[in-house]
Amino acid sequence: MSDVTRDDLIDFLYEEVRMLDDGRFDEWMELWTQDGHYWMPLNYNQQDPINETSLLYEDQFMLRLRIQRLIGARTFSQKPKSRCHHVIQRPHVDEIDNEAGRYRTVTRMHYVETRLDDQFLLALTATHDLVRQDGALKIALKKVELLNCDAAFGNIQLLP
Amino acid sequence: MAHYETRAEIEGLVTPFQVHRDIYIDQDVYRQEMKHLFANAWVYVGHDSQTPNKGDYYTTQIGDQPVIMVRHTDNEIKVLYNRCPHKGTKIAIDRQGNTGKFFRCPYHAWSFKTDGCLLAIPLKKGYEGTGLSDTENGKGMKAVGAVHNYRGFVFARLASEGIAFEEYFNDSLSSLDNMVDRSPAGRLEVVGAPLRYMHQCNWKMLVENQTDTCHPMVAHESSAGTAVQIWKDMGFTDDDPKPAAMEIIAPFMSAYEFFEDMGIRTWPNGHGHTGVHHSIHSKYSEIPGYMEALTAAHGKEKAEAILAENRHNTVYFPNIMIKGPIQQLRNFIPLAADRTLAESWIFRLVDAPEELTARTALYNRMINAPTSIVGHDDLEMYERAQEGLHADGLEWVNIQRLYQEGEDFETEAVENGTTERQMRNQFHAWVKFMTVSMTQKEAAE
Repeated sequence: MSDVTRDDLIDFLYEEVRMLDDGRFDEWMELWTQDGHYWMPLNYNQQDPINETSLLYEDQFMLRLRIQRLIGARTFSQKPKSRCHHVIQRPHVDEIDNEAGRYRTVTRMHYVETRLDDQFLLALTATHDLVRQDGALKIALKKVELLNCDAAFGNIQLLP
Repeated sequence: MAHYETRAEIEGLVTPFQVHRDIYIDQDVYRQEMKHLFANAWVYVGHDSQTPNKGDYYTTQIGDQPVIMVRHTDNEIKVLYNRCPHKGTKIAIDRQGNTGKFFRCPYHAWSFKTDGCLLAIPLKKGYEGTGLSDTENGKGMKAVGAVHNYRGFVFARLASEGIAFEEYFNDSLSSLDNMVDRSPAGRLEVVGAPLRYMHQCNWKMLVENQTDTCHPMVAHESSAGTAVQIWKDMGFTDDDPKPAAMEIIAPFMSAYEFFEDMGIRTWPNGHGHTGVHHSIHSKYSEIPGYMEALTAAHGKEKAEAILAENRHNTVYFPNIMIKGPIQQLRNFIPLAADRTLAESWIFRLVDAPEELTARTALYNRMINAPTSIVGHDDLEMYERAQEGLHADGLEWVNIQRLYQEGEDFETEAVENGTTERQMRNQFHAWVKFMTVSMTQKEAAE
């Protein structure tokens, strides 16, 4: 694969949220490295995902479980199913290191989730640590910082 | 017209094995709970590690009452109503901070010592001869009726007269003891902020669910059952060493017999716990160095006895639950008849390996978060019940599993782990603390 360009990274991020909005979760799972983590801190500026509570800090096993559960026959909180919608700003490309195959982007977005008569909006900043593996971009870490991370929430069932 | 004002009306809501739906859906019942139950009971406020230094404060609620927990200059924890005695302005709005030697109201700069006593008023001569000092407001910020700090856990009773702390909790304190004893230093510290999870349902549904052992394999089949299936699909068996996440979630799918055999213990005044003999926490991997640290602190025999207890959920009536084996506390704060804030806190065992903190943090986000695949189905059940209870075809809620005629809740009992006796125990205490101040009023007349 030739060098990853700024446009490649931006296209990747747009495609990622499109998969989430379309519910194409199996494809979405293919975007990750084997030890990739999805982190949603509980605290503004939280540094430690391990020894403090986070909203999410999930490895590939947990993400697979989460995705698998969504389509289960007895997943009562998904009867009826939730839907989601991402509106993203043009991502900031903070790091392009083609030699090491490492990239970092920061994307501000609005995330909307709905089920039955309820709909809510989250404003957030997603930081992606991406790596190039076998010629493809993969997510090593996706950190999702909610603007109101310290607020009380009802169910957030899909993934920002 | 407001109802549920009298003792007879309150008592009429609870039978030995059924409770009336208004207990969950009626706003007048909620108001009476705030006025009577949450005033007469000992309610959890916070942990003293949240306010380690003099002047440190933490703001929270006891029932619907805004309070400040603060460390006074004598190092004791005080609990004050969070309102200026002047115009009612809340004195502190941030969830925690340090106020120095005194609180200062941001509206007119009335100031108060950290035990609430009035310290100063600007231009005080304006009150000379007005009789301010003879009023209750002129004394300062009002303190709650009574405060007790039990091994770091701060409880308060709003009513100035009432049941003593020791009599209220009595032998149930063994669960808190076990959680604290798990620290080689005998001390816990709050770690980070709590998860804050909003539920559009009555607070008692969450409390009852803590000792409901017939729901995990049903409501949580979607998460725990799927986890077990994925594990199998990966080629592992139940005997293979599991990652921490699997150790936590797989036992939710245990068979009914597992929950029957684990036992439920009830204590007087509405307290009780699941997991008398074993629990879903029994088979967690050992953390290297922990047993050694605990043995060095307590001796081998006591250390083994401490870790042999694997109590599942202990309910401290009215509205908290603790999990000793993983150092957690959940506080179910009632905001309205149909609105409850569930706060989930984790603790560090002082002088124990940090891996134990990592495990409790993992458990907390996996099970108790608004983003939790386990919490999602619990909340779904509560909110469906909150709506379903409005159906007029039936007015009563059933809590009859393993009911026996003539149950005596004033003595401790250990029974089959699937009994709903602890729910009945809670409602027995509910009537008691709802009506105790009504009784006193009647007796005085």
